[in-house]
Amino acid sequence: MVDVLLSDAEKTFIIHGIQDNLRDDGRGCEDYRHMEIETDVVSSTSGSAKVRLANTEILVGVKAELGEPSSGKPDKGRLEFFVDCSANATPEFEGRGGEDLALEISNMLTRAYDCPKCLDLGKLCVIKGQQCWVLYVDILLLECGGNLFDAASVAVKAALYNTCIPTVTVSQDEGHVDIELSDDPFDVQHLDVTSAPCIVTLSKIGHSHVVDASQKEEACCLARLMMGVTEKGTVTALKKEGSGSLDPSSVEEMMETGKRVGQALNKSLMEVLCLEEQKGKKKEKTGFLR
Amino acid sequence: MAVDIRVAGARERPKPEVSEELNNLVTPGDVITSDTGYLRGHGTYMDDDKLLASVAGVVERVNKLICVKALRTRYNGEVGDVVIGRILQVGMRRWLVETHSKLNSILMLSSVNLPGGELRRRSEEDEKMMRMYLKEGDLISAEVHSVFADGSLSLHTRSLKYGKLGQGTLVQVSPSLIKRRKTHFHNLPCGVSIILGNNGFVWIYPTAMEKTEKTGGYETDLQPVTSADREAIARLRNCVLALAHHRMLLFDTSILYTYEASQKFSAKYIPKPEVMTEIIEIARGRLEREGT
Repeated sequence: MVDVLLSDAEKTFIIHGIQDNLRDDGRGCEDYRHMEIETDVVSSTSGSAKVRLANTEILVGVKAELGEPSSGKPDKGRLEFFVDCSANATPEFEGRGGEDLALEISNMLTRAYDCPKCLDLGKLCVIKGQQCWVLYVDILLLECGGNLFDAASVAVKAALYNTCIPTVTVSQDEGHVDIELSDDPFDVQHLDVTSAPCIVTLSKIGHSHVVDASQKEEACCLARLMMGVTEKGTVTALKKEGSGSLDPSSVEEMMETGKRVGQALNKSLMEVLCLEEQKGKKKEKTGFLR
Repeated sequence: MAVDIRVAGARERPKPEVSEELNNLVTPGDVITSDTGYLRGHGTYMDDDKLLASVAGVVERVNKLICVKALRTRYNGEVGDVVIGRILQVGMRRWLVETHSKLNSILMLSSVNLPGGELRRRSEEDEKMMRMYLKEGDLISAEVHSVFADGSLSLHTRSLKYGKLGQGTLVQVSPSLIKRRKTHFHNLPCGVSIILGNNGFVWIYPTAMEKTEKTGGYETDLQPVTSADREAIARLRNCVLALAHHRMLLFDTSILYTYEASQKFSAKYIPKPEVMTEIIEIARGRLEREGT
């Protein structure tokens, strides 16, 4: 996590605020900050999305390439996550400074997506055991304003929704296999991401827990629970982070909240993505000009 | 529970009104004047007998001197400015303070008011106790005492209005948005006080938390803040951010008008773009009508 320095009095103020269910920006404990999303922002990718959650900004690009399936799952495509922490976000990331955080985020995403029901990877298989589509998901952190995991997972889901995979036809003659790529650039397939998970991070601060902690709140938090939640409320991954310990009963409470919030998050995200798709090519591109 | 996600393109972008002021707006490399009779000030450079801007900002002219005041900048300190800073390091007879300027500022042990009043003698004990008074991460309000040759600042807190800050919330905006006034400490009628640091740090805290002379302000009150105060602080914080987002100058009247305009919304909805625009429009209209 990217830490900020806070004085004891500031921490006290934040902790008491969370006890009162009134955080320092007026939110309740289970409210997300305002989020803005834009898909199809990088034309050289198969699918891309940019998410801005208050001050957190994340850009995700998905590149589809033909490759070999993993030996354990010969009839399925692959999903590879890579996180890059830009030193633009914070000077701490300079050099190899962001590598630990990058690894943590990509591991969490890999675990959250490692669930057979959340994304139909079978569709990505071209020739069983030989060729499949590999989706390289590249996540770039541009600005840190707290709650990177949730924002990254939302951006990944949006980018996957936006991903177009070219249609391929496989022809077989005399044991010789030919893969032919469609000439038409619009002859593409989309992924069904309705049941893809979003990560919900619950931070235990004082005696309560909050979702979508800001950077200041993260500095007050000793233990957090991250969970991958799908639209139906299925928990696909669970991870506890931080130096503090959690009581079993509060873990249960946090999981209940996480499920509830995760469902709402997935629902709003899908609504927005559908809305943006309806606008199609007509929509104005915002990009990085604010 | 509320999750609010928007499509970025859906937001309406207000058309910039082309006004007289825009003529003063320059980007790096813009020619300000090709007249050689002017003096080169901050944010400008000479090339081919022309005066060009080196930063994006507003051109300011004082007689023959031309400066460009940058829109987004680090803080350039001036003697007498009120600043808010965060202690980064405790050193030999000094504290290193982060004030969003290019170099860290320093606060000498000899330029703070220690508990016990002005007539107190300084001893070696004080040096050993430095971390008791101010430790890493603590926030202080201070005044710029002097500017060193390299541009770093020396601060002092030798007045009761300065010193360690207690409970409250810090908002960071661009230093160019803080309007220079006679006073930067304001007690607003909503029971909340605000310190507008010239360095772009804005401190919002409940008025009740006044410092006492006895302790020199080094003892912080850690009692819970009432929820009415807390609500007002949250609202004020969002209002300051809204003003900064719309590049409006921050001073007591603009903040108060925005605060009043925001009353019809709940504090947590202020950061939403459409609510923010509406509030700022009302406040801006009122500022233009009623002046400063």
